[in-house]
Order: sequence, then structure tokens, then C-alpha cells
Amino acid sequence: MLSIQNLHVSIEGKPILKGISLEVKPGEIHAIMGPNGSGKSTLAAVLAGRDLFEVTEGKIMYMGKNLMDMAPEERAREGIFLGFQYPVEIPGVSMVNFMKTAVNEQRKYRGEESLSASDFLKFMREKKDLVEFDSQLTNRSVNEGFSGGEKKKNEIFQMAMLNPRLSILDETDSGLDIDALRIVARGVNKLRNKENATIVITHYQRLLDYIIPDYVHVLYDGKIVRSSGKELAMELEEKGYDWIRQEYAGNGK
Amino acid sequence: MEKEQDKLLREVTTGEYKYGFYTDIEMDTIPPGLSEEVIRKISLLKGEPGFMLDFRLKAFRHWQKMKMPRWAHLKIPEIDFDRIVYYAAPRKKEGLSSLDEVDPELLETFNKLGIPLDEQKHLTGVAVDAVMDSVSVKTTFRETLAELGIIFCSFSDAVREHPDLVKKYMGSVVPYSDNFFAALNSAVFSDGSFCYIPKGVRCPMELSTYFRINAANTGQFERTLIVAEEDSYVSYLEGCTAPMRDENQLHAAIVEIVAMKGAEVKYSTVQNWYPGDKQGQGGIYNFVTKRGICRGERSKISWTQVETGSAITWKYPSCILQGDHSVGEFYSVAVTNHFQQADTGTKMIHIGKNTKSTVVSKGISAGRSNNSYRGLVKVLKNAQNARNFSQCDSLLLGDRCGAHTFPYLEVDNQSAIVEHEATTSKIGEDQIFYCNQRGISTEDAIGLIVNGYAREVINKLPMEFAVEAQKLLQISLEGSVG
Repeated sequence: MLSIQNLHVSIEGKPILKGISLEVKPGEIHAIMGPNGSGKSTLAAVLAGRDLFEVTEGKIMYMGKNLMDMAPEERAREGIFLGFQYPVEIPGVSMVNFMKTAVNEQRKYRGEESLSASDFLKFMREKKDLVEFDSQLTNRSVNEGFSGGEKKKNEIFQMAMLNPRLSILDETDSGLDIDALRIVARGVNKLRNKENATIVITHYQRLLDYIIPDYVHVLYDGKIVRSSGKELAMELEEKGYDWIRQEYAGNGK
Repeated sequence: MEKEQDKLLREVTTGEYKYGFYTDIEMDTIPPGLSEEVIRKISLLKGEPGFMLDFRLKAFRHWQKMKMPRWAHLKIPEIDFDRIVYYAAPRKKEGLSSLDEVDPELLETFNKLGIPLDEQKHLTGVAVDAVMDSVSVKTTFRETLAELGIIFCSFSDAVREHPDLVKKYMGSVVPYSDNFFAALNSAVFSDGSFCYIPKGVRCPMELSTYFRINAANTGQFERTLIVAEEDSYVSYLEGCTAPMRDENQLHAAIVEIVAMKGAEVKYSTVQNWYPGDKQGQGGIYNFVTKRGICRGERSKISWTQVETGSAITWKYPSCILQGDHSVGEFYSVAVTNHFQQADTGTKMIHIGKNTKSTVVSKGISAGRSNNSYRGLVKVLKNAQNARNFSQCDSLLLGDRCGAHTFPYLEVDNQSAIVEHEATTSKIGEDQIFYCNQRGISTEDAIGLIVNGYAREVINKLPMEFAVEAQKLLQISLEGSVG
């Protein structure tokens, strides 16, 4: 589904990602872990098409297409979903209106009819229930005045509405109390199926108690320094990131 | 992706002003320049009674002693008043069988603007007075409205057919000495709309005036007078466009509203004068004085404006709340892009007891434009229990534009409650990207964000025009982020 080959990315001439390769197949959950500043969020942003970054080398193929040729909205309509680390507030735009626009754009892209208002509301109610999203929140403006936890739950709700092929969850666990974390994880697990894939980006192992990954990758200084099964997450939890720093610091020189 | 954005930018900036065409028709004009002679000529051409000429001349003599106002947060280039044409009228074609018949070319012009003047084809429930340059071309549904005793006609017709009403009310809300542009207008105004709603009548359709500037080097100076007798109701709409030209053109209008006891007047404007090009070349200078008086108790005047056009906008639709329990409202969305400048707001003058006013102003600035809100709330000594709520929000797109708020409060009565709230926010790249990531294009994202921001005001417009205004907001701002 997703194939990243030797990806190099810079921001304002400064290299951030220094040769990342990653294969993601349908049905898989990949966790990307690593210390702060290792390039995790940059990877997520580049996949979603944020134009602050410059891809200097390498290739990203998604569903057989060159991802770099696609505008951010096109990537979204092709099924890439980014769960934001810091979801953005849009005052005056109701969640209902926002989601209706997003869902209908996607349907238009696929050559499907727009949903009628009543069908849309019904569809929204179903998804709200599925991911345990507070029904009052959809009447409010997008993320405006939402608590940290509500914002993250809102990301998962939007994920449920858009039913993506590839979800990238960028530090979705940060700032969540344990109850909110459980709800978010339950949502992700319910949405999981054989056709879709998820990349979970996290600093802590905690989230991976609830979302069990098939693979864990450790990102350090712009490179994937280790890939393994879920046991790698446990190891990181126990030993922290220091041993990675010691082992790999200076390697690039 | 950069290329995509450039393309988008190009498309929308070249296609953004839809009404920039010019109609090539024969015109009767008075050569440029301003003098007593020109004013006498205008009055003569319009076949006016003596009181009108007197009014004009008094205004002109007063104007000559006045100076251009410079207090607004605007850079106004010198205007050479002797290079402006003060009268330009489409020539009446020979061979038209009746007086009511309109030159097909003019009908076509208004058709192109989406304003059909044929009553059969027209939107149900809207009567139109169409004004091109200095004269009214046609007023629809006059007869239908006349059956209810409603007078809706061009100002020129009103002067001829209802001189007593004109004499009684003209200048009663905005005296010619009010300000520089009001004095200029009073001296040279050539047409406009007149509307009179008799006692107890609810006007069954929206009344509207559509202003079109067509001729080059011509100023448009129109006057609108609305009189709503006791317990009557009318909703009035105004729209305006002009061709795209490199030079600036002056539009200096006056609107006066008189609301008697229990009467309600809703006045809505969708202002879309040519704003100039991306470099700030050309565009309309829009200097307008709009004021209403709630004369009787429980009367109500409500201004709603969506301002997207003009190179410079200088306008403060105001309410004088004289009657006890009278209500004044002002809802405004002002958009500026590229090099446009707007200094707009309102004045709420509380004179009567228990008077109430509401001000909601939403400024949106993009490009290198400047957008200012200027508002006065004045509570006089005897205005017991006056109440005002003002909310002024500014939205910035990009980092080269400016938003400013100038609230003035003058309260002379201890029982008054006056509230003012102001916010400034920015459409960020991150908001656009958030929308993009959900499959919404940049263009649609800006539309969504801006319309969300302006919704409170747009909701006050009559239905058909709310939809128009939404589209207009989107068009005016396309290509302004990125």
C-alpha cells in the first residue's frame, strides 16, 4: 500500500529525514517510536503533503502512484488520513458543516452522489456512537473550545467518518488521561480491518498496550535504526532511549 | 504543488471581478467640472422645481467652504473635482414607442448583471429601481405597489410627482451641511430611489435599487430616501457594480431613512463596486453617508452590509434613536483584498428612553489591504436605560494586511449599559492544511472559514441575497492565501 524508499527531507536546507525506507501493507499496524526531534512528526507531515518540507531524495509510492505528485487534498481523497498532534480550531465552522463538506468532497472524487442532509446526519450518528464521541460536540465549531482529550477524540471521529485506507496517527496519545486513551484506542481498533493500515507515531509505549502493533520502528536522527515486532516497544519502555543515543550517535559521521 | 497554487492564484485573480464589462451606448453628458452653472444645468435637464435648485445651490456654496475629511484611517489621493463628469445619462433612443420602453441595450446590460428588468422574468417578490450612471433606467412593479399606496420610483420622478414629500423629508436626516461628501452629493445628485410606505402597510416584496456606473470619468451621486409611516414595514436592498478601469471613479451617495412610530425598515447592501486590480490600480472611491432616524416610539432600523468592492470605502450607516423603545441594528461584513482600503462602521445615537442598539462588525482583510472599524455609541442625557452591545471581529489572511478598531463611547446617562467586545484572528496555513487533509481544496477551505466567520451577519440578509453574498465573499478572497 505504502512504500517509502530512501526518503530524505529538509526544512530550510536543514536535513531532518536522512534516508527512510518503510513498507506498509493492508491490514498492518506500524508503530514509529523515537525520542523528541528524531523526525517522527516530519514523516507524518510529509506523507500528508505539508509543503513546509522539501523532499531532496527518495520516493514515496502509495497505491501504485507517486505520492509526491499529489496535492494534500488529493491524498486525503485517496484515503490518507492524518490524525493531528495539534488539531486546529476553525471558529464559526460547525463540525457538521465541516464533515459534510469533507465527506461529500470524497464522494465526489469517487464519482458518488452527495449525501442528503438526513442521510448524512444518520451516517454521522452511527460513527459517533462507534467511536464514543460526545454528540454535543458536533454542534460546535471545529475544535473550538474543545479540551485536549476532546480534540483527539474528534480526530478519531473524523477518521471513522472518512474511513481511510491509511491512517497516520501523530502522537494521538499525548495529553490524554487513561480513560480518554482507552476510548481513542478502542476507536482505532474498531476501525481496523484487513483492507486498511495504520501508522501510529508515539513517544511512549503506553498507547501500544491498547493498540497492538505488528511492527515497531525506532526513528533516531532522521533514520530508522531498528525495526522489529511489538517486543521492541517493551524494550524501549524498560531501557528508555538513551541506549539508542549511545549506540547510534556519531554513526552518521 | 507550488505550481498548482500559482495556477489557482492566476485563475481566480483574473476571473474574480465578473462585472467589469462596459456597455457602449450613446450618452448625454455635461462636460467635466463643477460650478454653479453645471448645477443649474443638471437641475434644468431634470426639469426640477425651484426648491430643488435652491437646495442644490445652498449645498454647493457650503461645500466650497469645506475641506475633504482626513480623519479616517485611509490614504486618499487628491481628488480633482474639476475633472469629474457630474452628469451622464444613456441617451433616449428615438423611435421607442412608449415612455416606459427601455433601450434593449440597457435591458441587456442589466440582464448580464443578473438583474432582469422585465417584470415577468424577475425574481418573485423583488421590485427593482435600476440606476445607470446619473439616471434611473426603469423601476419595476410600480403599479402593483401603488395599489397598496406604496410609492416606489426614481428620485427624479418623486421630485416631479411628489414634491411635497420630497421637500418635507429630503435633508431631514442628512442635512447638506453634514459633511464634505454629503454637501457635494446634495449639490450635484442626479437620481436615486424614493420609497414611501403608508401607515399600517407591510410592503409585500423586497424593494431594491441596483446602481451601475458605466461611463468613464463619471462620478455617481445618487440619493435614496425611504419614509416608513406608522406601523409600516419595508425591507430594502441595494446592489452595485462598475466596469474595470485603470482610473479611479467617485461614488458619493446619501441614504436617508425615516421610521415613524412602530415602523420597521431593514436596509441591506451588497456592495461590489470594482475594487481595482491586484496592483491597486483603478477602482471606485466609495464615500457614502447613510443615516436613519427612528422618530417614533418602538420604531426600528436595521442596516446589514456586505462590503466586498471599492478601492476605498468610507461609510458609517447610522441610527438616531429618538423614539422611546426604538431599536437600531448594524450588521456588517467588510472584505478587503490586494490594495483595498475600508474605514467603515456605524453611529448609534441614543436619545429616547429604553432605546437599544446592536452592532456586529466582521472585518476580513487579505493581501496588502487595510480594514478599519470605526464606531460611535452616544447616549444622551435623557436616554434613560439605553442599552448597546457592540462586537467587532477582525480576520486576517496573510501577514501584510491590517485590521484596526476605533470604538468611540460617549455616555451621558448613568443608567446606560454599553458593552464592547473585540477580537482579532488569523486564517492560518495550518487551518487551510487541516481542511486540505480532510479532502477540502484550498479555495473551498477559505470559503468555508470565511463564511463561518461571517455567518452571523450573512444570516441577516434576505435569503436569495445571502447565497449571493456567500459566493461573493469566496470570490473576493480567492487566491489571497498561499
